[in-house]
Amino acid sequence: MAHIATIRLIVIIAAIAALELACRTGLIDHRIIVPPSEMAATLIRILASGTITGDIARTLGMIAIAALVSIVLGFALGLLVHATPRVRQALDPLFATYYAVPIFIFYPVLIAIFGLSLVPIVLIAIATAIVAMIIATLNGLDRVPRVLSKVARVHRMGKLATAIRLQLPAAAPYLFTGIKLAVSYAFIAVIASEFILAPVGLGRDIADAYADFNNPRMYALMLFVLVVSTVVNMTLHALDLHWTQQRGRGAS
Amino acid sequence: MRRAIDTITIVIVLLLAWQALHQIAGETALPGPLPTLSYLTGLVQTSRFADNAAATALSFAFALMLAYAIGLTIGVWMGAHYLSGAVGEPILVALYSLPKITLYPVVLLIFGLGISGKVAFGALHGILPVALLTMAAIRNISPVYLKSARTMKLSQAQTVLTVLFPAMLPEIVSGLRIGLTVTLLGVLLAEMFASKQGLGFLIMNAMSLLQNEEMIAVAVLLFTFAALANALLLWAEHHWHPRV
Repeated sequence: MAHIATIRLIVIIAAIAALELACRTGLIDHRIIVPPSEMAATLIRILASGTITGDIARTLGMIAIAALVSIVLGFALGLLVHATPRVRQALDPLFATYYAVPIFIFYPVLIAIFGLSLVPIVLIAIATAIVAMIIATLNGLDRVPRVLSKVARVHRMGKLATAIRLQLPAAAPYLFTGIKLAVSYAFIAVIASEFILAPVGLGRDIADAYADFNNPRMYALMLFVLVVSTVVNMTLHALDLHWTQQRGRGAS
Repeated sequence: MRRAIDTITIVIVLLLAWQALHQIAGETALPGPLPTLSYLTGLVQTSRFADNAAATALSFAFALMLAYAIGLTIGVWMGAHYLSGAVGEPILVALYSLPKITLYPVVLLIFGLGISGKVAFGALHGILPVALLTMAAIRNISPVYLKSARTMKLSQAQTVLTVLFPAMLPEIVSGLRIGLTVTLLGVLLAEMFASKQGLGFLIMNAMSLLQNEEMIAVAVLLFTFAALANALLLWAEHHWHPRV
């Protein structure tokens, strides 16, 4: 396992080094891609200047709000749908199709209704993220072992105590998968909305830098978004894996 | 049968919700379902719509072919070669969850503003799910299948055609299904940003001209197309793999 991780690291570093070399030797035109070292240097300068601190805070704030609303509301809706099997059955085709349609094309519609503000961005991000949380909640509740409800009856536990002390922990790993997806989808939707059309934000900054032919700035901001999103996703992914392994041990 | 009734119920509920939103938001901001649908029937007969739909269809077709060809190649390679798969899978997973829209300017700088940029960006979206699910399909082949193929003294070609291929098919089809929808999204996103052609452009253009009927009509049309394409491929998946 350890040497696979080492090889992976070498592959990634080699890819970055190859890009750097290709840019430095002129194999790749400087006007198309700037060398990675320059991206990093520009990024550090922009971050130190503090000019984008406001945009970073706004963008990450919107992602946090959208993800939080999706997680809490998605969990509540999941509980509700799970409690009514007939409704759930009826919603099945919707869940199966939801991520197959480009929900994002309704972003301009939301702008038409709410105006060009931060509201359409948060709404489209919630619309993208919430269904993943609902589906994960349903999956989790489905997999709560029957024996747990028997245990609860044997111990004469109340409904609330059963829910909190038995069902929630049993469903938790699946819920975490939902949380992971919700955060990742909220991230993608907020950045994409800002990029296409928004008053402010990191995505807007990148689009502006592109329009101004300001490639060093554009690549620096791009690097920032990609690094932040990778760190967030990888952290959640590692936690998810950890939980899955624990669940595997618990079951066997 | 029951599923069909459920689907119809959902469509009716969505239409009612749309009508309700229309009542709240007002006539100009959000036209209701009926005016939009009558507008749509007029719109699809115009040459403006035909040209833009053809542009999107062409980009989408090329992007999909590229995504399938590259995705299947990577998937087969990483599935068959253990070390490549073990090293590469987390990298692919990480790339899959990135907001790829941030990379669109790079694609534009490399491929230009024309159709090739849109095709490249669409393919970029589709390659990863196709590759990941193909790889999983190959890895999940139960060793017992290969053992029974050996016991029955099947030739290599027979093993591939009658054992391996059918075993992998369902998962590969779900990869192709997800690949199709994300490729479409990629092409539409590309058209929404810095493009002068295609249905994505039509939506953005209608928004800036405050033609909300046209914007919603095109969005609903794309929505319906994607839902139908997905339903067709889902049906194919279940048809080939009724156990799931």
